[in-house]
Amino acid sequence: MGSFFTAMGDVLSNEVTFAGAVRFAALLAFCACGETIAERAGTLNISVEGMILGGAFAGACGYHVTGSVSIGLVCASASGFLIALIHANLSHRLAANTFVVGLALNILVLGMSAFLANYVKPSTRAAHKFGIPVLDDIPLVGQAFFYQPWPLYLIYPLIPFSWWLLYRTRWGLEIRAVGENPQSADVSGIDVNKRRRQGVYLSGLTSGLGGGYLILGQIGRFDDAMVGGQGFIAIAAVIFGGWTFRGAIAGCLLFGAVNSFRLSLPALGHEANPEFLSALPFLVTILTMMLFAHRTRQPTALAQPFIRGLK
Amino acid sequence: MTITNDLEVEESRSVSPSDRQTLASGAGFTVLLYFGCFFGAVTLSAALVQATGGSATEVFGALLDGSVRARGRWGQTLGISVPLILVGLGTVFSGRAGLINIGQEGQLYFGSAVACYAALRLGDSAGWTEVFPGPLVLIFCLVAGALGGAFWAGIAGALRYWRRVPEVLTTLLLVTVAAQVVGYGLRKDWLLAVPRDGSKAAWRNISTAQLPPDQRMPRIEVFGNSFPISVVIVLAITAVVTVVLTRSVWGFRLRMLGLNSRTAHRAGVAESRYGMVAIFISGGFAGLAGAMMLTGGDFGNYHLTPGFSVNIGFDGLLVALVARQMPIVVVPTALVFAGLRTGSGFLAATGVEREITKIVQAMLVLALLIPPAILFVRDRRRAMTATKSRT
Repeated sequence: MGSFFTAMGDVLSNEVTFAGAVRFAALLAFCACGETIAERAGTLNISVEGMILGGAFAGACGYHVTGSVSIGLVCASASGFLIALIHANLSHRLAANTFVVGLALNILVLGMSAFLANYVKPSTRAAHKFGIPVLDDIPLVGQAFFYQPWPLYLIYPLIPFSWWLLYRTRWGLEIRAVGENPQSADVSGIDVNKRRRQGVYLSGLTSGLGGGYLILGQIGRFDDAMVGGQGFIAIAAVIFGGWTFRGAIAGCLLFGAVNSFRLSLPALGHEANPEFLSALPFLVTILTMMLFAHRTRQPTALAQPFIRGLK
Repeated sequence: MTITNDLEVEESRSVSPSDRQTLASGAGFTVLLYFGCFFGAVTLSAALVQATGGSATEVFGALLDGSVRARGRWGQTLGISVPLILVGLGTVFSGRAGLINIGQEGQLYFGSAVACYAALRLGDSAGWTEVFPGPLVLIFCLVAGALGGAFWAGIAGALRYWRRVPEVLTTLLLVTVAAQVVGYGLRKDWLLAVPRDGSKAAWRNISTAQLPPDQRMPRIEVFGNSFPISVVIVLAITAVVTVVLTRSVWGFRLRMLGLNSRTAHRAGVAESRYGMVAIFISGGFAGLAGAMMLTGGDFGNYHLTPGFSVNIGFDGLLVALVARQMPIVVVPTALVFAGLRTGSGFLAATGVEREITKIVQAMLVLALLIPPAILFVRDRRRAMTATKSRT
């Protein structure tokens, strides 16, 4: 037990761990921003995984062709939007089962990006790091939050912007109404399925951007296994956070920290079972959901399709 | 408007010749819609092949050669369809109960590991007990696989009904956990690994001991094609599942739960009990598929290796999604998907990546989602206009 605590102390006093945690958390946060809005509108959008991968691939291609990280990020976001377009119209215009659509899209994107990556062979590299003056001098966490590749900094304005959108605009109010009581929203003149589609679109835009960040800000080389369940962990973070932005970001930081912990533990020379470490982010995700999922009240109409006249 | 009036209107509507005409064109429209969407998916995939410099006709020929035409291939396609059918049937159970189980891959892998463990312990003199006769071990092995898969799915089911954790997330997250758990077992002598003499090189190819011949599924030889007898067993299971789901009270209640949980609740269907049983069965079928893969010989040559499940769980899930919860449709769909899998082995000669089969599969799933959705929306619209015109 003693060695466990020294190991924990070692890891927690290491700046690299924090930097890694923020990098992992940023990807989850990109997805969680859009996913929170989509889920507040009533869509449990499981194609996030595919949106990240599609975004990463499009980002890689964009960078490969133009050599510009910003254009890569735009491509990434656009490809996430494209996937969202298919998902939203199939599940909220045609009333196909949203989980089936999401799952099929995930597999389609996986196949597509693997197939096309062999054809295009995009060559990319991660964007340069740069520090924000003064702030990156904060001990321990300064470097983690403010000395990172620049695409990561996009998350800082994105979070308050999504919050403002959901809680301070008429549109956000309608989104929340649609997720809580679609029948009432419908009666008061809101196009329920349109708002839900828009929620999914937004989720696609931010998740695609997350994918672009993953390839151009974090990893730097495309590989079709690069997402590895992160999309699902982002959904878990939203549930963990009780469908609020504050909670979801806390969830992202927690899961990011676990991911970073598992990588830095062996790097700092501590022995641990490799299988246990690989499964750790997933185990922690399941355990936290087990503890917290039933405490918070979910949007009442979450994952229930809306068809006028059917209740 | 009185009730009799209402009935009269209803009657006059149902017999009017114009209505009959639209009904006939409706059936034609349905068939056309399905075919249109199917060909749309195939055409899109073919266009993708052409656009990336391949030849769609060559690819199609290679897929056909690899799955049916070449010597000994259709036997293999049959063998591969066995676990796909089983996983698909299991998914039909959970789908009918309104549960979204997407972790068959993990349930299958865990089930095959438990099956392998049972075979190693019961059929080996180094095990705990007397040596059982081979066929008996085989049966134990299949049962153990089903129980293992059911247990793994049961975790997600318990979390769903006990802690309200969405099963769509837990089942998927448990796939990775299952891979790591089995990976751990494969490294340990006291679990699954072959006892080694401690040389470092031996770690490179981790696998279990091969199942002895008398514990394997017997194979049938027809015209140079061989496939395990599990093909026949699986067809029998499909028949049983069909009867249970469509002709039994239990199956009806399960469907009621999936279609409208509130009605089911009022009718006395305990959601947690029926849901748990459905998810157990779903996982059990996946685990059984894993055991059949291990003993059947088409996968891994009677060894359990890391990555043994080779995405069969996910493919089986897609089969169930295409079959739209109809057990009979699972069989032909599984055959097509198995054909794509065996056919993809012949794609190397055409220079097209084998991922194209994955694209075709996902496209088919998406395309076949569209017709029922369109028909549903159309019927709703008609019903709405009918109500409007009556009032």
